[in-house]
Amino acid sequence: MLQRVVDWLDERLDLDDVRHFVGEKSVPVHVHKLWYYLGGVTLFLLGVQLATGILLLLYYRPSAEQAYESVQFIVTTVQFGWLVRNIHAWSANLLIATAFAHLFSVFLLKAYRKPRELTWVTGVVLLFLMLAFGFSGYLLPWNELSFFATKVGTSIAGALPLVGGFMLRLLRGGDDVTGATLSRFYGMHVAILPAVTTLFVGIHLLLVQRQGMSVPPSIERKLKPGDELPQMKFFPNYVLRDVVLWYVALALLAALAAFYPWELGQKADPFAPVPAGIRPEWYFLAMFQVLKLLPSHIFGIEGELVGVIGFSLAGLVLLLVPFLDRQTARGEPGRIFTVLAAIALVFMVAFTVYGYIAALQAGAAP
Amino acid sequence: MGRSDAARLGVADPGRRNFLDLVLQIGFVSTAVAIVYPVWRYLIPPKMAEPASAASVIAGNLAGLKPNSGVIFKFGSKPGLLVRTPEGDVRAFSAVCTHLSCTVQYKADTSEIWCACHNGVYDLGGNVVSGPPPRPLEEFKVNLRGEPGQEEIVVSRG
Repeated sequence: MLQRVVDWLDERLDLDDVRHFVGEKSVPVHVHKLWYYLGGVTLFLLGVQLATGILLLLYYRPSAEQAYESVQFIVTTVQFGWLVRNIHAWSANLLIATAFAHLFSVFLLKAYRKPRELTWVTGVVLLFLMLAFGFSGYLLPWNELSFFATKVGTSIAGALPLVGGFMLRLLRGGDDVTGATLSRFYGMHVAILPAVTTLFVGIHLLLVQRQGMSVPPSIERKLKPGDELPQMKFFPNYVLRDVVLWYVALALLAALAAFYPWELGQKADPFAPVPAGIRPEWYFLAMFQVLKLLPSHIFGIEGELVGVIGFSLAGLVLLLVPFLDRQTARGEPGRIFTVLAAIALVFMVAFTVYGYIAALQAGAAP
Repeated sequence: MGRSDAARLGVADPGRRNFLDLVLQIGFVSTAVAIVYPVWRYLIPPKMAEPASAASVIAGNLAGLKPNSGVIFKFGSKPGLLVRTPEGDVRAFSAVCTHLSCTVQYKADTSEIWCACHNGVYDLGGNVVSGPPPRPLEEFKVNLRGEPGQEEIVVSRG
């Protein structure tokens, strides 16, 4: 039966190209091949987000009066609502974690070098998009923490020189964080960001398919002339290994959702002071802690402005890594960028841990 | 091919071709502007008129505010902070931290105003003591109105 359907399609569409492509596609096998799986698992988690996000849309109500109550309704009354919401929240966090791991592995294995510069650039754009998803989605339950996180986050955009005031009003839909902000974030989270992300994921995957997997320069250098790396067939050998990891991720999500439900917290109250020990999601914690430590003025410039400009520059450098790393481009071992990546990693981990400890202490103090 | 043929086919007349290209380009650009401009304006939220109540509000009554305590009140659409110093003075500030606009609170143990977001600390005059805030809190004018023992606290912009 299935064969008849395939034949029917083949007669009309000529599937030879596809068959040939799938049959020929292979993945190089070497000591660092484990890192190839991180992109796939990130894509899987994105699929989980899409599916659970669509389900949440059926009950969620994007207004300041009803958002909190509707999420409460989802997790307390709707059958398996708790599961869908918790998987959405946990998968978002795992997704950011795997995206970061994917980024650092690609960085350290220098997979961004020619000809894969554009794959890197689209990947970094996707990471920024994931952070925007995280930031906009965080507000949607309209609880106390998310309300103030949004105040701070949008104020950071407001601290930008020249365009700050405009950006602030554009993001908030007014001068303050209100129901208008919730409507905007909702629109971003469920329509604009998914559309842009689909486009970039499409380009990213197309490039990966066209160019195949990058072999790290350290492996390439060890190859004798004429030698070739052993290859693994993409289908079915590699795909089935991918699926194993996807099952692991799914099991982890189910366990986290069941045993560590995501808190809903208190409903946002614009006229309540900020609760002590407030902190953002872990992936913004390092930035948050830096902002906390910056003095009010640095060389006569407001501290937050220095911070915002610093973060923007760091983002720009990250985006342009393939064009800045001349060593790797010349085929030498790119030690400078390896060291930079290590410093960035240590800095982020250290400030994240520091942020956690500081928030715990502040929360414990009366 | 004669001159008249070329002219009829419109291939050898660069002036005419350039003109048509230009018209086409102007057409596309105008279409783009006609779409992008309204969308752009649509994205910018309309300016709300400042609510009249923000000029002055009754923030509470004196009897309800113990010395060495503070309370948030609504000042128009923004939160304000009403503080009673340990000495019994009543002061009012904007409760919006000048750093990244979190809502500040009164800390009774140190008699200071504190922002929990990034650990900014202000004294009871609204001046920055420590932490990242770049400017002092905006201070409002406080008037007491009514019979002794039942005074209302009226806060207005200074």
